[in-house]
Amino acid sequence: MIPLVSMTGIDKSFPGVRALKGAQFELLSGEVHALMGENGAGKSTLMKILSGVYSADTGQILVDGKPATISGPREAQALGISIIHQELALMRDLTAAQNIFIGREPRRGFLLDEAALNRDAEAIFRSMNLALDPRVPVESLTIAKQQMVEIAKALSYRSRVLIMDEPTAALNDAEINELFTIIERLKAEGVGIVYISHKMDELKRIADRVTVMRDGEYVGTVPAALTPIETIIQMMVGRTLSNETAVVPDTAAAPVALEVRGLSRGREIRDVSFAVRKGEILGFAGLMGAGRTEVARAIFGADPLEAGEILVDGTKVTIRSPQDAVRAGIGYLSEDRKHFGLATGMDVRNNIALASLRRFTGAAGVLRDGAMRQTAQGFIKQLAIKTPSDTQEARLLSGGNQQKVVIAKWLLRDCPILIFDEPTRGIDIGAKSEIYKLLNALAAQGRAIIVISSELPEVLRLSHRIAVMCEGRLTGFLPAGAPQQDIMRLATLRPSAVETSEPNRKAAS
Amino acid sequence: MSTIATSDRPSLLAGIRSSGAYHKLLAFSGLIVLLVVFSLASPNFLQTANVLAILQATSVNGVLAIAATIVIITGGIDLSVGTLMTFCAVIAGVLLTNNGMPLPVGVLGAILAGTVSGLISGTIVAKLKVPPFIATLGMMLILKGLSLVISGTKPIYFNNTPGFTQIAQGSLIGSVIPALPVPNGVLILFLVAIVISFVLSKTALGRYTFALGSNEEAVRLSGVNVDRWKIGVYALAGSVVGIAGLLIASRLNSAQPALGQGYELDAIAAVVIGGTSLSGGRGTVLGTLIGALIISVLANGLRILSVAQEWQTVVTGLIIILAVFADILRRRKL
Repeated sequence: MIPLVSMTGIDKSFPGVRALKGAQFELLSGEVHALMGENGAGKSTLMKILSGVYSADTGQILVDGKPATISGPREAQALGISIIHQELALMRDLTAAQNIFIGREPRRGFLLDEAALNRDAEAIFRSMNLALDPRVPVESLTIAKQQMVEIAKALSYRSRVLIMDEPTAALNDAEINELFTIIERLKAEGVGIVYISHKMDELKRIADRVTVMRDGEYVGTVPAALTPIETIIQMMVGRTLSNETAVVPDTAAAPVALEVRGLSRGREIRDVSFAVRKGEILGFAGLMGAGRTEVARAIFGADPLEAGEILVDGTKVTIRSPQDAVRAGIGYLSEDRKHFGLATGMDVRNNIALASLRRFTGAAGVLRDGAMRQTAQGFIKQLAIKTPSDTQEARLLSGGNQQKVVIAKWLLRDCPILIFDEPTRGIDIGAKSEIYKLLNALAAQGRAIIVISSELPEVLRLSHRIAVMCEGRLTGFLPAGAPQQDIMRLATLRPSAVETSEPNRKAAS
Repeated sequence: MSTIATSDRPSLLAGIRSSGAYHKLLAFSGLIVLLVVFSLASPNFLQTANVLAILQATSVNGVLAIAATIVIITGGIDLSVGTLMTFCAVIAGVLLTNNGMPLPVGVLGAILAGTVSGLISGTIVAKLKVPPFIATLGMMLILKGLSLVISGTKPIYFNNTPGFTQIAQGSLIGSVIPALPVPNGVLILFLVAIVISFVLSKTALGRYTFALGSNEEAVRLSGVNVDRWKIGVYALAGSVVGIAGLLIASRLNSAQPALGQGYELDAIAAVVIGGTSLSGGRGTVLGTLIGALIISVLANGLRILSVAQEWQTVVTGLIIILAVFADILRRRKL
């Protein structure tokens, strides 16, 4: 049997990152092939290459056994390949029907045939058993309904290859069941389906084969039904465990610096409670969209909360804005330095002083540049920031040194509680260990540190204790040095585990 | 399936977003309030002659604002509409007066000049990826300079083409119904409004206009040739500006090369008051028409009440901020 799609030796680099190294993938007609791997393993990149969003640097793609050049979404569609993107690619101001048929509107001569458009869309919705008015603007639909519109759009292409990137991320159980019914039907019609998901329980229900990727490389392909979930997790995590684990100081007697109780907001944050002691590093692990950043932003007052209370040093505090949080002694270092953490066009000195300008303001409101320079130079020495001078523009520093500048800014503000969101994202390995050393030093000084990281080795290396989240809930705490498998299990522990997810249930009990 | 609507009528309002309709209602009631206030304040305000004067005064800005609307719905902006209008008028002058061509050649020449300029702006935006604000700012200055160069910096009069003034000032309707001497300029404004409304709601170009402003990346990922449609949008806007050039030249019976800069701001003001979002994706021609009318009614009414021109400008500024703030308030409530 000639595979529907066969990709071999696919390489892809982005500036500073090698996203794919000799990756491979094979899809048969009428199979559901799950593609698994940790965040950043290269699953989405590989599928974006297949669907023409990116083009590969090297490698071969065969469709029906014939070499194919896929230089854009249009070529992919012509080959019968469509993709449902993870981040919804819809036009919010257009109606559901208009979105589905964008670029292929039925026409009567020069004019659009709106009636036929709505009729065709309705037929697709009916075949999906979906009650949705095709005339409704997409922006007025819930995320789940928008996801269904995306699926309807992909179905409308009558594709032979359908790629679904985390299609169930926003769906509830009934909607997931509907989706799986559709997938079964397509499968029977001979469509090949690539299913990217983090959810182990879904795998067992619908996948025929599973291909696992790690760090942009192909790890292996196994039959879904016969392979225990533990084995798949083992393949995802790999055996290349970091040798260095955290040295855990005894903080049991230290006072609690920050405690949160029952934080809640919609589906994103569900009844999250935890405490961090002075001198402790609490790591937050979980998959993308688990709600870790949302929790951090809520504590920092950047997003509103529906319920819950926050205690600093045992006293309840009201935090309605980042200003309140800083006043309470909480600093937050965003995962997106360039957008939220740094004024990249300003120099190092001003970036360090930015959150504490009041301290450098003289009697007449004029900034005392000399004092700012002294402080900045002090931090450059203390944190070993590599910069020619304190007047260097922040954007010219390397990622690791930019991160140090942000850390200096919060140290100057003297926050006893620091939340680091993906502190080493986009930083090269050498600089990473420097940041780790710095975080350990900060904890040793008695600060309470929260580290959110999607890289398991990083969580393991830094954390004195590990909190794991999944779908807005805190699914459990683990001690330092817990096996990666345990973390992954908690990170995929969905509240609505379906019948075939026995192993997950056992892990929960 | 219970929620699938049963009616299948091809709605006339197909291109109108629900929230756009709300804002237009807001702008429309604003217009009504202004009309009531001014007619109570002055008996002369609602005289036929004055109403026609208001409409005639709206025609140029109205047509320009419709051109601006098309581009703004894509999430872009066209700052060159004012000086392009003048450029098109100068082209008509060169063809008709300096070269003695017949009237239809002048008319087509002006519209073609607008279309070509739009094609160029669109190409700069789509292919060279220059942000629309910068691309059309450059085009604004280029066209301003070219108008002066081509005309030798002097006004060109249309005295040799007697039919030319009829384009805006004559009255086809008046020749049929003498009691209703609606100037042709007003007729042209409404025709342009109807045609462009139709294009926006019923053609592929219109669909992609909204789609681009809504989520350009999504349109690209759907396999649509985004660049080609974007260039088409700017070209369509350019041809509409050509019509505005003919209207203003006809009303002044001359092409005034020094005129034009500043008109783009009035046009954008009308678009914004009419509820079209500057971030793209939503907007209507009808809203823009109402926005342009609000600006001229204000100017006319305040003049009748002997309010100084300087204050009219202040009031227009306040109205713009108020209109957009009302929209923000509505969104916050949702």
